[in-house]
Amino acid sequence: MEATSHAFKSNARHALEDAQLQRAMTKLGFREARAAAAARLPEFEELRDQGRDIKNHVLAHLDLYLERYEAELVKRGGQIHWCADAEEARRAVLAICRRLKAKTVTKGKSMVGEEIAINEFLEANGIAPVETDLGEYIIQLRHEPPSHIIAPAIHLTKDQISDSFFENHQRYGKSRRLEEASELMAEAREVLRAKFIAADVGITGANFLIAETGSSVIVTNEGNGDLTQNLTRAHIVLATPEKLVPTLEDATTLLRILARSATGQEFSVYTTFSTGPRRADDLDGPEEYHVVLVDNGRTRLLGTEFQEVLRCIRCGACMNHCPVYNAIGGHAYGWVYPGPIGAVLTPALVGVAEAHDLPNASTLCGRCESVCPVRIPLPKLLRHWREREFEAKIPPARARWALKLWAWLARRPALYRLATRVAMAFLGALGRRNGRFRSLPLAHGWTDGRDMPAPEGPTFQALWAARRGGKP
Amino acid sequence: MRVGLFVTCLVDLFRPSVGFAAVKLLEDAGCTVEVPRAQTCCGQPAYNSGDRKDAKPIARQVIESFAGYDAVVAPSGSCAGMIKIHYPELFRDEPEWERRARELASRTHELVSFLVDVLGVERVAASYRGSVTYHDSCSGLRELGVKAQPRKLLASVEGLTLKELPGAEVCCGFGGTFCIKYPEISTRIAAEKTKDIAATGAALLLAGDLGCLLNMAGKLKREGSRIEARHVAELLAGMTETPAIGERRSAAPEGPR
Amino acid sequence: MSGARSAILERMRASLGGVASGDARRAAVETRIARHARNLVPKRGQLEPRARQALFVEMAEKAAASVERVASASDVPAAAAAFLARHNLPPKLKLAPDAAVAGLPWERHPLVKIETGIAAPDDRASLTPAFAAIAETGTLMLVSGPTRPTTLNFLPENHIVLLRASQIVGAYEDGWDRLRAEAGSGWPRTVNFITGPSRSADIEQQLQMGAHGPKRLHIILVADDGDGKT
Repeated sequence: MEATSHAFKSNARHALEDAQLQRAMTKLGFREARAAAAARLPEFEELRDQGRDIKNHVLAHLDLYLERYEAELVKRGGQIHWCADAEEARRAVLAICRRLKAKTVTKGKSMVGEEIAINEFLEANGIAPVETDLGEYIIQLRHEPPSHIIAPAIHLTKDQISDSFFENHQRYGKSRRLEEASELMAEAREVLRAKFIAADVGITGANFLIAETGSSVIVTNEGNGDLTQNLTRAHIVLATPEKLVPTLEDATTLLRILARSATGQEFSVYTTFSTGPRRADDLDGPEEYHVVLVDNGRTRLLGTEFQEVLRCIRCGACMNHCPVYNAIGGHAYGWVYPGPIGAVLTPALVGVAEAHDLPNASTLCGRCESVCPVRIPLPKLLRHWREREFEAKIPPARARWALKLWAWLARRPALYRLATRVAMAFLGALGRRNGRFRSLPLAHGWTDGRDMPAPEGPTFQALWAARRGGKP
Repeated sequence: MRVGLFVTCLVDLFRPSVGFAAVKLLEDAGCTVEVPRAQTCCGQPAYNSGDRKDAKPIARQVIESFAGYDAVVAPSGSCAGMIKIHYPELFRDEPEWERRARELASRTHELVSFLVDVLGVERVAASYRGSVTYHDSCSGLRELGVKAQPRKLLASVEGLTLKELPGAEVCCGFGGTFCIKYPEISTRIAAEKTKDIAATGAALLLAGDLGCLLNMAGKLKREGSRIEARHVAELLAGMTETPAIGERRSAAPEGPR
Repeated sequence: MSGARSAILERMRASLGGVASGDARRAAVETRIARHARNLVPKRGQLEPRARQALFVEMAEKAAASVERVASASDVPAAAAAFLARHNLPPKLKLAPDAAVAGLPWERHPLVKIETGIAAPDDRASLTPAFAAIAETGTLMLVSGPTRPTTLNFLPENHIVLLRASQIVGAYEDGWDRLRAEAGSGWPRTVNFITGPSRSADIEQQLQMGAHGPKRLHIILVADDGDGKT
């Protein structure tokens, strides 16, 4: 997917002014649901610790777990395609589709698929990919990217969805613009049912890959992933290496914290462990099972101060709880992953030059870290990006020099006391009548939206010194 | 107990009365309070902007100036958090300074949690007739566990009614340099916060961090709200006669006599 | 592609501090996999069989599955027929060609048309046997095999599952242990954990049932005393 993260500031501005988006964002109810689910499970906090530890263990042994995973997968008749980057992954997928003379491909939701822009590539090569997750299907109709990693159409109102269905379903003989959510879903079910059955190849992502059995795990509430991967001649799994977990038990631990953190459900409706193609005596299932394992920048993060971000299990809790995400929605971040996880991953995967705003557009409030099921220290990682940016002189010179001036002054207490006394006396006198400023020449960013309370006038240090009879 | 007061730059510059309230609370609880003159800033602006190089000398200055005190207390969760949690991280590559940072961290506290958790203060003498609501500043809440302590002391204030703020734990949008770099997003987040504040029906907003308070008070005033804002220390110290944050005053304050 | 494989693995090893694929690390990996030790298992499902069964029913119903108890397996055809009638469905059922369901006394219900096999697009109801059920979250564990095609779990609008009381376990880990014991050296192509019928909240966060998978999930719970006999 093409990144527009460089336009973050104007993206955000548009998002703030987008009344429909703002209305849609108020419907984000995952926070309360997560809190309720956590409250229902006394062991929830300890499971988070274990989830973190499992992921850390895997990352420290990722090469070996991958080798073992590969061996098991192959033993069960699966095929694995190691791809260094998006380009190689796209070609691997295309080669499979071409060999099978595929005309349509159904897709379960895959963030990695977005990363490698597989849909555009298949279309350009005469193959029609159909998104089957309802939210993904809707945004595919609208030619929009996802705005949330588990609820991709969260930015849309029902009216917008009605419009999209009405425009696009006429070719299926539908002529009525539907109003009710239930009607919309029924129509999507019918339209997509035909696609599932007609598809030649099914592509899904993977929530987890399991070394012990060579399995891939997908988690859905709709069942679209299962219909995608069971009805075609080939099932292709798109995955990155850090999806690996050692055993079925380890996957189970992570699954316990995944749904609860994402939607507040006890468990997702459909959690499916797939291992290889149909067996000789199976009655259904794909004849071929392929795993396209794409690195796309993950390995580069191992062994760095950003390694912990690879623990992510893609629950979306961080963005659900982020005040910035809730204000501007997902599209403003400009790439596949929005919210706090996006602010850390995007610079890592598309570069800091493109994504430099993302790690800075945060108050470092820490709510994300407090809800991350695998305890990723997101604020710390955001700060690391800020450090890298500062070293690379990415912040505007004005900002860097202001910091340097403040720091220079702060290291000289006597001069600091003098300078601040003068400045605050001036501002204090200026602001005394109203107690606040409606506008301040050098601080219009602040005063455009709120008043600036005026300083009292004297500084504490001056008053303290006077009280003690000393020099100010 | 000999306490070194870390005033914080915002209190020093914008609202010294918070500093005096802190002193009163500490002295009432039996501490002697000193204010090292060589303090200016905790270094957060540089640190959070990724400028470790400039943050370090400021931090060294703080570490040196506050040597020897039994406790270092700040009327701010973010400054106390900076010293307690982030100074050791800041010096992770310098073992000797890291050791000194950890030593200072072990003695550093946010004001209200110090009173309750360390000094065992259970009530204050202040009284206040009116309804208040309380915002949990992010650093204090998440880095230092400041949550129950201010509520405990507020519960002891005679005449006071505390109305819990829905979304008390949601950021107010200040975020230090964030509100300057991304002002429209910051303003929007602040607007959500003032909406919640107004919905409580409280007449007075309290919090433990002046940055948050300047932000929220500024937004409330811009919206024409009559809700006032003060630092929780001012109320706990019984110092609510002076104008609230952003309210007009007739003359420059002289500080308590 | 093998070029990419070795490049990726080498870069990984270099990034992890120049570790070799040496003995200590490899031993850690092999041991963890071989032991497949349980991590923390919540207390919630760790109950005596009767309580465990009650919990399963409660959790399954909370997830919008319907649960019906019958005394013995021979009652299942009647229950299935009644389900079809109750929901105004044609009296047709696609069964998994598994003895557990296909071997039931369907001849006593000649009005219900029975077929066995994989799901056809126009099948409106299916009946499949469970492998296990997890009380902790009201989740069914269905395992694919020569007599248990996976499509029966997803294509039909109505999915009926035959579950024996003795198949109800407390936690997923118990299900894995049972599967490992039964699977031997083979391993099923698909293990489906199913918790209630299909749903989506993608339209303005309003929860709607029946997104793509079954709109209804009906569990017929057969009492048995643990050795499979009723």
